[in-house]
Amino acid sequence: MSDEHLVPPGARFVGTREVGTAEGFVDTPEHDLGLSSPRGKQRRSEWVQLLLEALHYRVTQVGLAMFLLIVTLVVVGPYVAPHSPFEFVTDPYAKPSAIAWLGGDCLGRDVLSRVLCGGRSVLILSFSATAIGMVLGVSTGLVAGYARTVVSEVIMRGLDVLLAFPQIVFVLLLISVLGPQRWLLVLGVGVTLAPPIGRVVYGTTMNVKEGDFVLAAESLGVSHLEIISSEILPNIVSPLMVEFGLNLTFAIGTIASLSFLGFGMQPPAPDWGLMINENRVGLVIQPYSVLVPTALIAILAIGANLVTDGVAHAMIGLERDTGSA
Amino acid sequence: MSRIILTVRDLEIALDPSGVEVDRDVNLELVEGEVLGLVGETASGKTTAATSLLNFQRRGAKIVGGSIRIDDRDVLALGGSQLRELRGGVISYVPQDPGSALNPALRIGPQLREVLEFHGFGNSEAERRTRIEEMMAEVLLPSTEEFLRRYPHQLSGGQQQRVVLAMAFACRPKIIVLDEPTTGLDVTTQAHVLDTIRDLVTAHRVAAVYVTHDLAVVAELTDRIAVMYAGRLVEIGPAAELFAGASHPYTRRLLQAVPVLTGRRTLEGIPGFAPRPGHRPAGCAFAPRCSYAVAKCSAEMPPEEIVGQMHRVRCWRHKEVETQAPLLAHDDDRPLESCGQEGLITVRVTAWYGSREVLHDIDITLRARECLALVGESGSGKTTLARCIAGLHRFRIEGDIAFQGKGLPRLARDRPRAIRHAIQYVFQNPYSALNPRKTIAQILSQPLRIFFDYTRDQREDRLAEVLDLVSLDDTVLSRYPDQLSGGERQRVAIARALAAEPTVLICDEVTSWLDVSVQASIIQLLVRLQTEIGLCMLFVTHNLALIRSIAYDVAVMSEGRIVEYGPTDDVLADPQVDYTRKLLADTPKIEVAQLKT
Repeated sequence: MSDEHLVPPGARFVGTREVGTAEGFVDTPEHDLGLSSPRGKQRRSEWVQLLLEALHYRVTQVGLAMFLLIVTLVVVGPYVAPHSPFEFVTDPYAKPSAIAWLGGDCLGRDVLSRVLCGGRSVLILSFSATAIGMVLGVSTGLVAGYARTVVSEVIMRGLDVLLAFPQIVFVLLLISVLGPQRWLLVLGVGVTLAPPIGRVVYGTTMNVKEGDFVLAAESLGVSHLEIISSEILPNIVSPLMVEFGLNLTFAIGTIASLSFLGFGMQPPAPDWGLMINENRVGLVIQPYSVLVPTALIAILAIGANLVTDGVAHAMIGLERDTGSA
Repeated sequence: MSRIILTVRDLEIALDPSGVEVDRDVNLELVEGEVLGLVGETASGKTTAATSLLNFQRRGAKIVGGSIRIDDRDVLALGGSQLRELRGGVISYVPQDPGSALNPALRIGPQLREVLEFHGFGNSEAERRTRIEEMMAEVLLPSTEEFLRRYPHQLSGGQQQRVVLAMAFACRPKIIVLDEPTTGLDVTTQAHVLDTIRDLVTAHRVAAVYVTHDLAVVAELTDRIAVMYAGRLVEIGPAAELFAGASHPYTRRLLQAVPVLTGRRTLEGIPGFAPRPGHRPAGCAFAPRCSYAVAKCSAEMPPEEIVGQMHRVRCWRHKEVETQAPLLAHDDDRPLESCGQEGLITVRVTAWYGSREVLHDIDITLRARECLALVGESGSGKTTLARCIAGLHRFRIEGDIAFQGKGLPRLARDRPRAIRHAIQYVFQNPYSALNPRKTIAQILSQPLRIFFDYTRDQREDRLAEVLDLVSLDDTVLSRYPDQLSGGERQRVAIARALAAEPTVLICDEVTSWLDVSVQASIIQLLVRLQTEIGLCMLFVTHNLALIRSIAYDVAVMSEGRIVEYGPTDDVLADPQVDYTRKLLADTPKIEVAQLKT
């Protein structure tokens, strides 16, 4: 499954659109129509505001429903599974029956039970990988965008080098040298996610930094660290949320692919990506053992991406409103 | 008697879909070849009214009633191709920001040709080519192949605006709507653009509507002036009559806010702010800010009354208002007195921007408890100089900046804490000087936290104190910057500087983004602060008319050098160098001669 198919072309564009504009805080002196921000109304923090706004869009609602469906399945699944995922209950590739509702897999284990137990790894690993990617990307991007010196050049060219490696190849290389370990998988995927995030944050930071309020803080003698964390960071929360969602989608795809290739979870662990690989030989006789995990991965990735799409729409909407009032 | 070419009757514009009224009962007529000034503060609905003449509304607004006729065409009934033909052909529009009006990806030649081609002007390529040359000559730009091949970003702001003017006049329209076309420009460029507009309008008998918040800008240009407030025309009449004795209190207050170059007078801002659509009071919307208001004013909207030839006013008490003395007299002829203090900051520097030398052998002295004005066009280096003093100049500086005789490090960060809080800087643009994600309380506590060891209670008291100094109440503390008006934001920015208890306040064009009425109240505030607290102030501006009421000394800058330096009254009365004379001539002014009835 290719990552690119899960991402509508608009989503990437939305994630980076702030790079070219400074509208976030530069207002025009003439604003005849006061459309938003009623005076004196206490407001919620920006990310909550953004999420609530995003919920008004149909895409977000559909995406969130898909995403929550999978999360519920993953959380509740192990408790309601009729069999142990390791137990041999049927013949290999047995048709669905009363004992195994979705039939048996290549070794005769219950497909339903393995599906119910096999989502946790994908979900946890992709969330952790995205978190690592965000931390690395955001910190390097912030520092590079704020410093605007030789340091920025070094950091950004470093990211470019990482960017030059195809994601999957980089992780494959890492794992074939150091062995298939979960922390390595997470770290590897996280590191490959970081460069694009870093670039987006770098551009956005440079823009925010142009604001006179940053200069004002500098003239008071506020430390660099505090300027970055309390003046700049709060101004890039919206694009960061979009980046997170986008990269979560990438990570889900990548982690599932790596498991499929045998570099992720190792047998006999139940894992959707691994299941697809194990059972693909019997696709014709027992399609459920391949199709169900595939569908679940797809629903998860598409759901995450739709939510991101909604958040991006909401971000543009909010920006336009505060930009003109 | 000339022919009336534009009639607007009972125009009504509302927000869509909420139905909140933006403009109402707007009645206008425009005579061939006449220039009408449409004047009002931010949120008065003037731009909305002006664009509706082209049957255009920005997103979220809608024309819901009334009629607009150009000759015998009903503008509001037009649609599709007829409307496209009208716009740019019969009536054209010049927006505020020429930078965003021109397509940045197209060279200016093709952009100009496009207008002509679209409206089928001229029969051949050669004819259109001649017309482009004509247009460029009219706006005093070269029409060489080299110039037409430039992209918009390769032109200066003034040149861009003149290209936009050329486009607007390209198809010889009958009416042209100019929406604050000179707001972003400095006085010299503004003077050029205004001259160009005047020449074009008189040469081709084009009628024009000039939208602005600054009466001084339109004083020399317009025949009649229409004043808008909260979506209604409150007064419309011949310019001379309005300047001599306006019938509406609001017009009078606007006039009182205009700084005058020829003599000193107290600038007076209008307290409060113009109400936004949806927040407008019943009756006359100006009543809450009006010193003439009586009970009737806030109960009932006054009707439009005719008070002279082509002069109408909407005020219950216009008869009483008219009997008051004209407002533009110089009421304050006392010369500013020097405190005779010795130098607090001495600046002797040469500074670079990258590898380019931008300040050459500057030598100025800021005296304790006095205000020095720094005047010049954009690009003259005045902001760079101000930033050198504040420690915000990132590039090479040679020479020294001394505070009470002690040399200062180049960057604020390297200066001792005592110096950092003694020298405070107020930025030009209040819309970017405050962090949009912080509340006003967070913004104002920052200097308190850094410079003083206050307890929580002490800090809160101090916040209330500085807000009081800038005439804001403490309800703003929990708000975010975008919930405040431009003037309020600038007050917060000044309060942030005052919170550090400075001895020197550097004000970098602090009023250039604000309405004239708001500018007046900010100047009022600064004058008061300077005398009350005894601040030493560096007041950077491009508007010479402003400095009379505030600065004892003035330094005129051009191309990185100080070309004239001396007491304000002397410099303005008898400028010694051509550059200062030119600046004086370019500054928009309402001549006192115009005011005598």
